[in-house]
Amino acid sequence: MIADAFLQALALVSSFDPAVISIVWLSLKVSGAAALIGALIALPLAAWVVQTRSLLREPMIVLLNASLGLPPVIVGLVVYLLLSRTGPMGALGWLFTPAGMIFAQVILVTPIIAALARQVLEDAQQEYQDLFASLALSRWQSLQTLLFETRFSLLVLLLAGFGRAIAEVGAVMMVGGNIAGHTRVMTTAIALETSKGELALALALGLILVFIVVVINIAAHYARQVLRRRYA
Amino acid sequence: MRSAALVENKSALVELVGVRYRVRDAKILRGVSLQVHPGERVALLGANGAGKTTLLRLINGLISSSEGSLVSPPVTQQAMLFQKPPLLRRNVLDNVAFALKRRGINPIEAEQVSLQTLNRCGLTGLSQRYARALSGGEQQKLALARAWVTRPTLLLADEATASLAPAAVHEVERLLLEICEQGSTLIFATHNRGQAKRLATRIVFMSEGRVIEDRATEDFFASPVSQEAIDYINVERV
Repeated sequence: MIADAFLQALALVSSFDPAVISIVWLSLKVSGAAALIGALIALPLAAWVVQTRSLLREPMIVLLNASLGLPPVIVGLVVYLLLSRTGPMGALGWLFTPAGMIFAQVILVTPIIAALARQVLEDAQQEYQDLFASLALSRWQSLQTLLFETRFSLLVLLLAGFGRAIAEVGAVMMVGGNIAGHTRVMTTAIALETSKGELALALALGLILVFIVVVINIAAHYARQVLRRRYA
Repeated sequence: MRSAALVENKSALVELVGVRYRVRDAKILRGVSLQVHPGERVALLGANGAGKTTLLRLINGLISSSEGSLVSPPVTQQAMLFQKPPLLRRNVLDNVAFALKRRGINPIEAEQVSLQTLNRCGLTGLSQRYARALSGGEQQKLALARAWVTRPTLLLADEATASLAPAAVHEVERLLLEICEQGSTLIFATHNRGQAKRLATRIVFMSEGRVIEDRATEDFFASPVSQEAIDYINVERV
């Protein structure tokens, strides 16, 4: 049975089945957008935490670190309540839409990128603070330089955020509703098809998901190397 | 009342008066007074913990003295070399040009001047290499080029050759002398007495956060006055 399902899955993948392609494409769009928006929020936030002397700095670090363990279903529940018709953001009409799924994933991805970026930037700051001070760089110049110096690591963090988003199932299931052709992404489709006993489609999507995650990691590895070689 | 101050006056490039620095209960500097005049090459000598690095960092503005309401910002063009040079994750040329670009010099001019300086430091052939892939000696020469390109009035060096092989040490010393010949004043901390003899016109010997002796290099090594200095010099002879 497993072998049959596996062969059918390979057939679905190799035939570029339109239903599969549509699910994969939506997954890439939702998770890509979430990772990018998350990075746009997380990087300035991490930079602020590194540079600030505000009393809010320590609580923010604790909050970011604690947010790393946010359970996706809880995020899904909260976002669901926010976006539901009677919720404070109900007027946006984002519930059961890709926009709502992106919103939920941004909440999940942002703390990961921010917490890791803070660590990367702080380590770099430790390394360069004497140089920056001896060159009399302003705080803004120091920050710009820090972001540039850590660009390879930050790129990897962005990909890590994307990896987290595309592999997530709980929040997008609750907020997106897993509506076929509209909000069904790879993870939610895998969960649904498995529960229905439709192992071929679940396996096909699983293969693609694993393939994407592996490609992301290979891309991150070689992106680092190529960018580094440019300066070697 | 200012009990500690780093000020500029017309005759001295740097003047420190009664500078104290403490970290919690530890007194790192205990009332250091010092004048450094243009063109001097001053070696800070002393055992570990004497306060040499702290004094350099204070002069460079990396830290502020604990006492005295004012450590005036240095108006001189300063550059500092560290034992382990903090190099940017860029190529050699970009590391040198960085200092100029941050001062608003246009990128093309900055790169031209940087290439000239790299040439003087014998690093022209490495200008496109990743800076962190260089050897220890090359990295320190690169740090020196980055300092030199800013035409520093005052060059500070904190045990800049401590982890280098002898050949690299002499190369860095040659470059330091060349920079000084072009008008820079040098203050450097070292444990290498030979280096102090080769480079310094004046020795400031420190112990436990105080300046114990402040004399011309030949005089200091020929006839140290304090017991601390005698012991320090004799350790090397042993």
